[in-house]
Amino acid sequence: MGGFSADKIFNESHLDVMKELGSMGTAHAATALAKLINRKVTMPVPNVSWIEFSNVAEFIGGPESIVVGLLVSVTGQIQGMMMFLMPISSARSVTNVFLGSDRAVEDEYAFGDMERSVIEEVGNIMISSYLSSLAGLTNINFKPSVPFLSVDMAQAILSVPAIEFGKMADRVLFLESQIQVQAEEGKENVDFSGCFILVPNLHSFYRILRALGVE
Amino acid sequence: MLAGMIVVGMADLNAVKAPGSLTTLGLGSCVGVALYDARVKVGGLAHFMLPDSKQIQNNSNIAKFADTAIAQLIKDMERLGASRMNMKAKIAGGAQMFAFNATNDNLRIGDRNVEATLRLLRQYNIPLMAQETGANFGRTVELYADDGRFVIKAVGRGVKIV
Repeated sequence: MGGFSADKIFNESHLDVMKELGSMGTAHAATALAKLINRKVTMPVPNVSWIEFSNVAEFIGGPESIVVGLLVSVTGQIQGMMMFLMPISSARSVTNVFLGSDRAVEDEYAFGDMERSVIEEVGNIMISSYLSSLAGLTNINFKPSVPFLSVDMAQAILSVPAIEFGKMADRVLFLESQIQVQAEEGKENVDFSGCFILVPNLHSFYRILRALGVE
Repeated sequence: MLAGMIVVGMADLNAVKAPGSLTTLGLGSCVGVALYDARVKVGGLAHFMLPDSKQIQNNSNIAKFADTAIAQLIKDMERLGASRMNMKAKIAGGAQMFAFNATNDNLRIGDRNVEATLRLLRQYNIPLMAQETGANFGRTVELYADDGRFVIKAVGRGVKIV
């Protein structure tokens, strides 16, 4: 594979297939979340982008915007990473749903042990739903690790998948899809939005495409 | 952040003369290396992602790797009148953002980036004046070419000037 350049290899139909896959995965994750918190969850069409390293944090408010990131490493027949990113306010909404909203918050950027495990567990359920739908569609086995949590600047968090991709290419393939909790009459509003990012390594990306009959 | 401050992105580098200044935002597992020649007041900042260009097939972006980024940064600063003999280094970043099992080499990338940086600085005989690396949090840094001060900011941890 001398002179192999990923930058030339992706074409529009590859990206469309990935977008469709992201859409299915997110729909499953959204359903799981809706059941968990008993609210309606919506999802706009996902974005698939092949972006420069310097722009990785633009879609989530810029390099220094503070976000909550959950990262799962994926092994098995596919190697890569899956992340769920959300604003701090959304993570607070999740902890409020499960732990009550009358708890004192000492530090805006810090979460206690209970809060962290709630966030990790909700993330785990959503990410597992996403990946199991991908596994069903592609007949490929995805083995997710337990989720790891970080609350920090978006660029610092995104450096982890960017570096992983940086070993193979000069850009990052981000499959990014949003979910949002809808306001409903008669129910307390849950301010929640977040996005999934699937970062397969290059070989896994082709494996996924092949499994779907795209060459 | 000052008006006119130049932002160095991920996999990017730049050099300025006084009164210029440089910043790079949200260093995670990447490393930010600031080099400074006090005699001519020239500063340079690189934000790289990986330790070694020779271990990677796709290595056309020289700012992505410690070895090629530091070499280029020195050249760019020399072009502005700096001399390698007078350069001093301050570094930050190389965090492990997620608490993975640290025995997996792929996931220890922050440490490996720092190790590579220290090795390269020794090779170039550039003394290391300050090191704010490792742990599990992101850092924003600024380098001011008027006096070489290096400012490090982290979420909820205040500001440190070295």
